[in-house]
Amino acid sequence: MLVTDREKLREEVEALAEKYGHDRSALIPILQAIQKRYFCISEFAMQVVADTLGIHPVEVNSVVSFYSFLDTKPKGQFVIRLCQTISCMMKGTDRVARQLENDLGIKFGETTPDGKFTLEWANCLGMCDQGPAMLVNDRVYTEVTPESVHDILEECRKTFSPTAFQTRQEDIV
Amino acid sequence: MTLKTEKGKLTFDSQKADEGLKIALGKSRADIIGEVTASSLKGRGGAGFPTGVKWNLAAAARSDQKFVVCNADEGEPGTFKDRVILSDYADLVFEGMTIAGLAIGADKGLMYLRAEYTYLLPQLEQTLEKRRTAKLLGKDIGGKGGFNFDIEIRLGSGAYVCGEETALIESLEGNRGEPRNRPPFPVDTGFNGRPTTVNNVETLAWVPCIMTRGADWFKSVGTDKSKGFKLLSVSGDCGKPGVYEFPLGITIAKLLEHVGGAGAKAVQVGGASGNCVPAGEFGRTIAFEDVSTGGSVMVFGPQRDMLDIAENFLEFFVEESCGQCTPCREGNRKLLDGVRMLKTGTCSTAYLRELVSLGETMQLAAKCGLGQSSPNAFISIVKNFKDEIMGRTPASV
Repeated sequence: MLVTDREKLREEVEALAEKYGHDRSALIPILQAIQKRYFCISEFAMQVVADTLGIHPVEVNSVVSFYSFLDTKPKGQFVIRLCQTISCMMKGTDRVARQLENDLGIKFGETTPDGKFTLEWANCLGMCDQGPAMLVNDRVYTEVTPESVHDILEECRKTFSPTAFQTRQEDIV
Repeated sequence: MTLKTEKGKLTFDSQKADEGLKIALGKSRADIIGEVTASSLKGRGGAGFPTGVKWNLAAAARSDQKFVVCNADEGEPGTFKDRVILSDYADLVFEGMTIAGLAIGADKGLMYLRAEYTYLLPQLEQTLEKRRTAKLLGKDIGGKGGFNFDIEIRLGSGAYVCGEETALIESLEGNRGEPRNRPPFPVDTGFNGRPTTVNNVETLAWVPCIMTRGADWFKSVGTDKSKGFKLLSVSGDCGKPGVYEFPLGITIAKLLEHVGGAGAKAVQVGGASGNCVPAGEFGRTIAFEDVSTGGSVMVFGPQRDMLDIAENFLEFFVEESCGQCTPCREGNRKLLDGVRMLKTGTCSTAYLRELVSLGETMQLAAKCGLGQSSPNAFISIVKNFKDEIMGRTPASV
């Protein structure tokens, strides 16, 4: 990581702390913002957050490692989370999963070499009446079919990174 | 995205905006809590703790600061009624939170919204902003001097266990979402050590309705121990999946008739942590004292393999266990292994009994509600579908 990048990250974390506060309860909102900006929370970022909030970096690491939406390893710009709960499964999730793997050329748990897509399983997305359901970042797709997978991926490719998230643009410092 | 609700048929549709809050502002704190207590409203998230009792304890606790938390971490497999409420009736939830704040003497509300529902955030923030402009949030609400209340939305980060109230509080405080020992309960030691009420989205949405229509109206339906209406999220093998409102005490058979689920082999009530009810017991009722649910009803048609279902639920718990206590962390792994043995036809009767006994131990010994309820589905499937799950030959796997 370049020195200038490090400085930039420090400034960003400081700005986030100004927004969310310097107490412990600001930790997760700050981490969520970093995750959204960098697609992961690096060791250096954890150290900076720890310094800013005055806690031990191990504390930050223990929180990051607990939550499935926070990652220490870089994720793709688009994280696809396919619901694996039984209600969706009964509507044909398996075939959607296969088509996603085929179209992306990766298995579940992997990221495409160009860093665009990560494919993951998720637990119940609360769309059980409209399965199979999946999330792409914070966007939800319902009644997904093997046939519609291609169009969804194309839609993602067209809307490049920062606009990939519909919400909280202001978090991206 | 279409919301397959019975739009227009829910009580929430006919509830006049902010009428409940207006009535509450004219009452004393004790009267508000008294009305909620008299209505016998119990927690709609699944645990069924009486809301009035919870509020009363929080109101009685002495502190310079108190909090109202709305548990919008709806993660139970098969539950989506809170998603519908937050999409279509968010004002009602915020109104309920404001009434709760008034009742217990809190000036701050927090909504813990699950990460999977992040797409709802912009419209929820917008609703809050409108309420602030209309002086329904902020300082001196309704012109009542001294009542200040505002609401902040916090996002979860993808952990089912954070729906457990003490884990939720841990998460709000910036910690791993590991449940705490209780007591102390959140009503005296909650968020940042302050008295906190944690209520489900649906529970809070019912509060304004109770304020407007009175406790007697709410109490007039239901059973002796389960009063009022309940939103049910129905999914699976039925013609009309979606969110339905029914009085508690409805039989499963009647529900199936309504949702086009004729010919079902079993119904999972209460999600992964609930119970699997076989066709022979469809006369049972959905109520706290019989088969209880936070809203999840999954219908399984005759073609479904009950072991696939048990395996899916146990994979879920192995993944979502926070790992803190041994019965839950290790127990669910053992049960999952057992289901896989049953699938390949390699589980002895003695071992199956051992597994059921392990499940019963987990029900007693796990630290929180997640662990205690995680073996329910497995135990009920083993109990009710022995002829289907035992002695499988590899060809039928």
